[in-house]
Amino acid sequence: MSEVRLMKGNEAAAEAAIRAGCDCYFGYPITPQSEIIEYLSDQGRKRGMIVMQVESEVAAINMIYGAAGAGARAMSSSSSPGISLMQEGISYIACAELPCLLININRGGPGLGTIQPSQGDYFQAVKGGGHGDYHLIVLAPASVQEMADFVYLGFDLADKYRNPVMILADGALGQMMERVEFKDYNISEHKLPKQWATTGKTPDREPNIITSLHIQSEEMEKINLRLQQKYRTIEQNEVRYELLNTNDAEYLFVAFGLSARICQKAMDIARTENIKVGLLRPITLYPYPYKILNQLASKIKGVLVVEMNAGQMVEDVKLGIEGKVPVDFYGRMGGIVPTPEEIVLKLKELIQKTSK
Amino acid sequence: MLNRDDLMLEEMEVVWEKPETLTDVKMHYCPGCGHGVIHKILMEVVQELNIQDKTIGVAPVGCSVLAYHYMNIDMQEAAHGRATAVATGIKRFLPDKLVFTYQGDGDLAAIGTAETIHACNRGENFLIIFINNAIYGMTGGQMAPTSLLGMVTSTTPEGREVKTQGFPFKITEVVAQLPGTYYVTRQSVHTANAVRHFKKAVEKAFRYQMENKGTCLIEIVSNCPSGWKMTPVQANKWLEENMFPYFPPGDLKVDGKIVEKKTQQQK
Repeated sequence: MSEVRLMKGNEAAAEAAIRAGCDCYFGYPITPQSEIIEYLSDQGRKRGMIVMQVESEVAAINMIYGAAGAGARAMSSSSSPGISLMQEGISYIACAELPCLLININRGGPGLGTIQPSQGDYFQAVKGGGHGDYHLIVLAPASVQEMADFVYLGFDLADKYRNPVMILADGALGQMMERVEFKDYNISEHKLPKQWATTGKTPDREPNIITSLHIQSEEMEKINLRLQQKYRTIEQNEVRYELLNTNDAEYLFVAFGLSARICQKAMDIARTENIKVGLLRPITLYPYPYKILNQLASKIKGVLVVEMNAGQMVEDVKLGIEGKVPVDFYGRMGGIVPTPEEIVLKLKELIQKTSK
Repeated sequence: MLNRDDLMLEEMEVVWEKPETLTDVKMHYCPGCGHGVIHKILMEVVQELNIQDKTIGVAPVGCSVLAYHYMNIDMQEAAHGRATAVATGIKRFLPDKLVFTYQGDGDLAAIGTAETIHACNRGENFLIIFINNAIYGMTGGQMAPTSLLGMVTSTTPEGREVKTQGFPFKITEVVAQLPGTYYVTRQSVHTANAVRHFKKAVEKAFRYQMENKGTCLIEIVSNCPSGWKMTPVQANKWLEENMFPYFPPGDLKVDGKIVEKKTQQQK
C-alpha cells in the first residue's frame, strides 16, 4: 500500500531505505544529514535493520564494504567532509564491484566550510574522488519525493551493475519538508541472490573472494577494461534527465538538484517577460546527458548553467554543447542559494551578448 | 605408468596431509617466515572444527595480502588498517558465520589503531589474528609501531629512538583492558611447542566465537628473517632474546578477566 506523508528530505530517504529492504546502515553523524542516522536508529532498528553509529566515516565505508561483500543491501550517508573521508573505501568498493548506496547531503566547502547547502562536491562525486579509474552512478534529486524515489532506484541500479551508487543532494533538500508518497515496492522482486558474496564456502563451489588487488599489470588492465565496458553499458542504458519548456526555447537553463528548482521559478519569471527559456535538469550526473544537450544546441542561442559552486557541471555542459552556442555560468558559493531574480538578470546578460 | 615421484611417495609413511582448507599452491613467503605456519595452523583448526562452510576471513595489506590464495575459504581483502571494520560489516550481517581478520603490526597497530580499538571496545564477536614481527616486511623493512628501541630498519637507520619515534606500541595490552574483549593472548610459532600452544589458542578463540563471547585477539610474536637481515635460525634466536622481554608470551585475558602479571611469564 502506498502512503503519503509530510517529511524532511533526510527522513524520506531513511524511510525509503527501510522500505527498500536495506539490511545494514553504518554511519557517523554530521550536519546537515544527521536525521538519516537518527531516523534509522529509531525506525530502522525497530523494523529489523542493522543500524550502527561507528567511530568514523573511514570505518563506516569499510563496514559497508564488508557487509556488501557478504551480500547485504548496505548504505551509508554523510555530508561533504565525511564523504571525503570515505573516498579510499569508495575506490576499493568500485574496484571490487560491490553494490551499495551512499548519500551525500552536500554542504559548503572547502575544508570544514559551512553547514549550509552547496553543490561543491559535483567533481568529487562525478569525476572520481578516490584514486584510480572508476565511476559511481550519481543521482541528483530535486525534491523530497525524489529523495525517497532515488533510494529505491539507487539500490536497484547498484545491484544491477554491481556498482556503488551515490545520491548527491544538498543541505536544503535534506532539511526541507514536502509531501512524499511511498509507493509499493516488493522487496523480494528486487533483492536478487548474490552468488558471488562471501557467505561461507560450500563444497559445491570455489571460494568467493572480494578483492581489489590484482598485482600483475596484465590482470589489473583486464579488470580496468571490464570496468570500462560496464561504464559504457551504464552510459548507454541509464541516462536520465527532465526537460521543461524546451520545445519553443531560444535559451536553455541547465541545472541539477536544488538549482534546477530555482531555475524553474526563474523560467516562470522570464516567460512572463516573453523570454523563451527552457530547462534541462540532469537527473543522472553520471552517466551525463551529453547527447540531449548536443541535440538541443542546434535549436537554441545560448545556455546558462546555474550551480551552487564555482562552476563544475558547466564543464560537462560544454562537452555536450561542443562549442555550438555560448555557454555561460552563474553560481553562488559558501552555502548561499541563488535567487530566481539573480538568475533572470544573468540570463538577460547572456541574451544581450548573444544578440549583438 | 608410475613415475619416479609416485614411487617415492608410495614408499613413504604419510605423517601429515594438507587439509582441504589449504589450497594446493606454493606460498610466496620468504624462507623461515612465520606466516606459512600460522596459515597452516589456522586452516587446520577450521578443518578440524568442520567450519569451512561458515568461516569468512579478512586479509590485510601487508605480506599476507594474498592470504586468500592459500586459504580455501571465502575471504575479503581489506584496505590497509580496515580489516576489523570490514569484519564488523560481515559479522553484523551474518552473525552465524565465523569471522576472523589476519593483520600485521602496521595494519593493526598503526594505520588501523582506531578500527582495532573500537571493534574490541564494541566486543565484536570475531577473532583477530595479529602478527607482530616489529617490521614492515612487504614494503622492504621500514619501522613498525612495534619495532623495538634501538632496532635498525630502513627508516630508522640509526636505530629506533624514543624522541623521534616514540615507544614500541603494546596494543595487545591496551585491548586486553577493554571490556569488549574476552580472550587475549600472546603466542609465537618459532618452536614446535609454541606452535602447539598457538593451535590451542586458535581452537579456543573459534569456540568462544561460537558461544558469542566477544572479541578474541591472538598476537603472534613472529619473525622476519628478510627484514631483520638474518638467517631463519638467527631470527628465531633474536626473537627469543629481544622480542620476548618486551612482548612476553602468555595469556593477557582469559574468560573476560585480566590475567595477573606473574602468570604471564609462562612458556
